[in-house]
Amino acid sequence: MDSPHLIAILVSTVIAATPLIYAALGELVVERSGVLNLGVEGMMLVGAMTGFAVSHASGNLALGYLGAIAASTLLSLLFAFLTLTLQANQVATGLALTLFGIGLSAFAGRNFAGLPIDGVEPISVPGLSAIPIAGVLFRFDWLVYGSIALYFGVEYFLRRTRAGLRLRAIGESPTAAHALGQPVIRTRYLAVMFGGAMSGIAGAYLSTALTPMWVEGMSSGRGWIALALVVFATWKPLRVMLGAYLFGGVTVMQLHAQGFGLDVPSEILSMLPYLATIVVLVFICRDPKTILLNQPASLGRSFHPDA
Amino acid sequence: MPEWPFRLEKRPAPSRAMRAGAPLIAAGAMLITGSIVFAALGQSPLGALYLFFVEPIASVYGSGELLLKATPLMLCALGLALGFRSNVWNIGAEGQLTMGAIVGGGVALFWAESLGMWVLPGALLAGVLGGMAWAAIPAFLRTRFHTSEILVSLMLVYIAQLWLAYLLHGSWRDPEGFNFPQSKAFEDAAMLMPLGEGVRVTSAFIMALVLAALSWIFASKTFAGYRMLVAGLAPAAAAYAGFSEKKNIWLALLIGGGAAGLAGVCEVVGPIGRLQQGISPGYGFAAIIVAFVGRLHPLGIVLASLLMSLLYLGGESVQLSLQLPSAVTGLFQGALLFYLLAADLFVTYRIRTARREPARRAAEPEAVPPPA
Repeated sequence: MDSPHLIAILVSTVIAATPLIYAALGELVVERSGVLNLGVEGMMLVGAMTGFAVSHASGNLALGYLGAIAASTLLSLLFAFLTLTLQANQVATGLALTLFGIGLSAFAGRNFAGLPIDGVEPISVPGLSAIPIAGVLFRFDWLVYGSIALYFGVEYFLRRTRAGLRLRAIGESPTAAHALGQPVIRTRYLAVMFGGAMSGIAGAYLSTALTPMWVEGMSSGRGWIALALVVFATWKPLRVMLGAYLFGGVTVMQLHAQGFGLDVPSEILSMLPYLATIVVLVFICRDPKTILLNQPASLGRSFHPDA
Repeated sequence: MPEWPFRLEKRPAPSRAMRAGAPLIAAGAMLITGSIVFAALGQSPLGALYLFFVEPIASVYGSGELLLKATPLMLCALGLALGFRSNVWNIGAEGQLTMGAIVGGGVALFWAESLGMWVLPGALLAGVLGGMAWAAIPAFLRTRFHTSEILVSLMLVYIAQLWLAYLLHGSWRDPEGFNFPQSKAFEDAAMLMPLGEGVRVTSAFIMALVLAALSWIFASKTFAGYRMLVAGLAPAAAAYAGFSEKKNIWLALLIGGGAAGLAGVCEVVGPIGRLQQGISPGYGFAAIIVAFVGRLHPLGIVLASLLMSLLYLGGESVQLSLQLPSAVTGLFQGALLFYLLAADLFVTYRIRTARREPARRAAEPEAVPPPA
């Protein structure tokens, strides 16, 4: 294994991890507020489709990302309205959101399948990117840096701000927070919308950066893997980052297997991320105390201020 | 944002009328949405709706197709509903269906000669066992390691589909099939025959109806069914009564997996006739919608699977005659479930306008005379 090869693997690991980071950090904030949104896969697909379609039509990637954020946020609002205002079951509504998102993106994106697009370009930090080997760190696209900024932002928000404290309190005990005059429903609405926006970015990254094109169902389970990452991370942002890079590595492994001299059929290698998800879930959940101590106490339960 | 001009008030008891009526409201709302979508696509809504919902079943062949596509939906949804009622969220029916098709199809493919006339029963049984085995993985991991059956059963969908692709690109590929990723066609002895002239629906539909009746008996007349119901409605009460949570999880997943496996093998030894990629247009996922729209009740599921089957046929019909995208099916399916969840609100709540409330509250202190 020569070093250019190794660097190529590291670079593609970071890129493969980026959409997982956006989606999982978004869902982490949602879950810390006590809401379980299983619709990440559906919102990602709608984000991927919208991001691609708007970028293609306008020739402007930034507009594409804004469109993706808007579309996925709208979808998450639908989820919020059903679960928070109408008190619908969160698991069932999340599943509905995913099924609806798959259908909607396939329907609305049918004319964009197979079209070419100029994908997101890496930026080169002048000077720094010329450093041998370490320079590779300064040649990613801006969304990779954005994902790291997002991590610091989420960490700071949850730990250091009053709003973050309020959000966590609501996730632990909405009844107590409500009794103290905290706006439970409004906070949860905002959290769900944030999760929607992040899923939108994650989706758009798939269709404009990872593989610059739109294919029906192209997220192929990444939304579900993001959900698993939040559990794996025991609802902590730093562990989400580690988990995402681990998964990015597993995904990339299948592409570079030949480089390692492995002769395994591609279908078997493609199973790796899904197998890895199951394995890490087992690893984290095997002691029920780990989940009990870390999971937001009200996760997945409806809260009705009048009840 | 949360300040709505109305307020939700819990009904003293869930409304039975609304429980039965919500799916009808949802279907009506879906039809309205459908008209809007068709109008937006530049079609006359009524004409398109006719082509979508009536034209496909206007012939004997079409009615047969309705029952044909309803079969796997019904089988999967019956199993899923049993789990959903007891809070076991198996959403990987698509994978269990695929595994049933692989294992059952494997028997039909390789053991046709040695099993003779027993090859068809053997294949069906193998399909059920294949689906069960695939569902046993989330059951084991949930009961032993507390792992979410939602995520595990879903991951296993992708793994089952990749496994099928692996077999079809490798050792199971038809050597005379021009390198298409598909197996040899099954022998006639291994196939379910159509129920009549000019239709493709097989006796699998009858099996599904029998299973619907059995699942009704299981859920409403047996103690195991009662335990599962209690576990879903009141987990704490179930634990206090000493009902084993693990047993419920195993039962729900094994029955769900077995039914989905049967659906898968019936597809490949029925209308498809061989193993190939894309054996299911998402039946296992659509069955989640069927289960909810059918109110998790066997009779409701029978009706809902017919409706969902019609959505598949309608999508194909408008694609053929109006060149509209068949993806409209997925859109309608998702919208149907959304509307149902929204309509369900009125089962347990009724709406009160909130305006009068503050006035009454403000008036209360005055009405009470101050103590002398």
